[in-house]
Amino acid sequence: MPVIKVENLYKQYQLGQVSSGTLSHDFNRWLHKIRGKEDPYEKITGLNNREQTTDSKYVWALEDINFQINQGEILGIIGRNGAGKSTLLKILSKVTAPTKGQIKIRGRIASLLEVGTGFHPELTGRENIFLNGAILGMTKTEIKSKFDEIVAFSGVEKYIDTPVKRYSSGMYVRLAFAVAAHLEPEILVIDEVLAVGDADFQKKCLGKMKDVSSEGRTVLFVSHNMAAVKELCNVGLFLQNGQVNSMGSMQEIIQNYVTQNLATKLVAESAIDKLKFPLAQIVKSWISMQDNRNVISVDTDFKIAFEIEIHESDVELNLSMTIESALGQTVFNTLSESFITKRGNKTAVCIIPKDLLNNGLFFVTIVLTRDRSTAIQLIQEVLTFEVLDNRENEAWFGDISHHLIRPKLNWVI
Amino acid sequence: MCNELAQTLVKNMSKDENWSEIIRPKRSWLDINLLELWRYRDLIMLFVKRDFVSVYKQTVLGPLWLFIQPLFTTITFYFVFSKIAKIPTDNVDPILFYLSGITLWNYFSDCFSKTSNTFVANAGIFGKVYFPRLATPISIVISNLIKLGIQIILFAVIAMYRVYFHDAQININGTILLLPVLILLMAVMGLGLGIIFSALTTKYRDLSFLLTFGIQLLMYATPIIYPLSFTSGKLHQILSYNPITPIIENFRYAFFGIGYLDIAGLIYSAVFSTIVLVLGVLIFNRVEKNFMDTV
Repeated sequence: MPVIKVENLYKQYQLGQVSSGTLSHDFNRWLHKIRGKEDPYEKITGLNNREQTTDSKYVWALEDINFQINQGEILGIIGRNGAGKSTLLKILSKVTAPTKGQIKIRGRIASLLEVGTGFHPELTGRENIFLNGAILGMTKTEIKSKFDEIVAFSGVEKYIDTPVKRYSSGMYVRLAFAVAAHLEPEILVIDEVLAVGDADFQKKCLGKMKDVSSEGRTVLFVSHNMAAVKELCNVGLFLQNGQVNSMGSMQEIIQNYVTQNLATKLVAESAIDKLKFPLAQIVKSWISMQDNRNVISVDTDFKIAFEIEIHESDVELNLSMTIESALGQTVFNTLSESFITKRGNKTAVCIIPKDLLNNGLFFVTIVLTRDRSTAIQLIQEVLTFEVLDNRENEAWFGDISHHLIRPKLNWVI
Repeated sequence: MCNELAQTLVKNMSKDENWSEIIRPKRSWLDINLLELWRYRDLIMLFVKRDFVSVYKQTVLGPLWLFIQPLFTTITFYFVFSKIAKIPTDNVDPILFYLSGITLWNYFSDCFSKTSNTFVANAGIFGKVYFPRLATPISIVISNLIKLGIQIILFAVIAMYRVYFHDAQININGTILLLPVLILLMAVMGLGLGIIFSALTTKYRDLSFLLTFGIQLLMYATPIIYPLSFTSGKLHQILSYNPITPIIENFRYAFFGIGYLDIAGLIYSAVFSTIVLVLGVLIFNRVEKNFMDTV
């Protein structure tokens, strides 16, 4: 029996500064409306694709989404950053409304886009349980009847009458999740940010989510961490550029996702935008291989380089680079030394040594930071590269396909 | 017959039309779910408690600030308007005159200004979870009501003190029974205006600047620091159009016996408040669904 049915769902967003031109656009919209014409800004809406720049000021974050979920299913929603996952979640949570289309729901729906929404630092754990519970839709009596259970699950009994601002971040998250876990809605919508806290607690959370579905309730889980999704979900939905790419068994959908993202991208350039980046901007990113070869393999060094155009002198800048696996797990982050800027172009190169990464596909995300604190430019998944296996040269086999790194270490025998 | 009924029942079930909720684009202007708001009454009371408990935590004087604010304003007004500007107060003890005005005025202005940034101030929580958004401004009006209650007690205490030690004249009459109505009118007007502005400031932030000094100007256009009888002619006329004027004037009549019982004025205020509240709820309801995209 379907408990959620999404029909022809569209969501439009405005790009750039929202206030600019709103009054005139609103007026123009209204003029069209009273004359019975369609919205003039719907036509010029571009496709949700980050790689293409569009001239239009409006973009479809979701475009013609159709699917349904049956009772008791655990649906994993996957897709690259900006594919529309969060937008879909927000509409399901009623935080924002769709532009067109509708979602039909059977049963009470509760969504956790964040743990501890509405927690007040000055209030005690006890007071916050009641406040947070009520925000999530429980009545006072419901919370009272589950209070002891919630406290026991969170494991912060001793501090329950202490203001939560004195809590460690772990305790805070545990208490917040404990409240959410005792909601008991028919449909639960969860964002991946929940996967925080220590490993022990994470296990407890995943366990709780599985319990929820075994009780016949339905769970929607959004993540770009394939490992977590694979573990938890039985049905998958793959979103791409705001559209449904495919839906089916989780196994199948992950396979689709990985093959879709197989294309490597070894050079990326971005248009100069002095308005957005008055200080400095990464204009080009590329990967160069050793000895002019054109493949990277486990036993070769390679370089990841960034060209920065600097518009202002005497500012302290540095770069922070993150490498992610094809399944969305972070492999590592590395920070460059800081440098003081001089007008002109500067190239920063990071050498990735051989025998570090395992074979597979990896994404590079780069952040340009000022004064070691303020991010001035973030480019997600700017480059994609593949490291090839070299085991034909070695006397070692075995299944290491899910490993992220393959370091060569010294053994003393 | 029975069989037929059973068949239709089964048919209806299999058509799966029995959805409990449908999420759609914009709702119509009149689709307001007050029942849902009632279901969330516990949340409203918890918000009230939160506002009350959290504000005075880590302050040395704590809730004493509730007394200090109106008292200091009164003393300032006393020196500036009574001693220096020599504006008469209709033979009422000036301290009591100002304190009565400020106590009521503050309730209105707090309701108005604090509900007017509902969306902007709560963007964080509104962006993460759904509950009837009206719960927030309503809780603000209620928590300010408690504050007003405490300040009215302060006013009563100061009044007794002035009567015993400084021979101040007060003349309490039956109109005092109207006090709950006066407060309700203030609350409704403040809430209504506040939510109208809250809906507009999500898109046009400029309004919040306008509002801060707008409320201040409005105070001078209300007989707070002077009695209505002090004005005459055209000015008097304009001031009586201010829907807050009858509320303040009636309160002072009830307490000091100055002026007269102005029932027509109160009806005018009541009509104004109701229109503002209905309009406010309609606009608020319209904006709450999509404000996250513009805030």
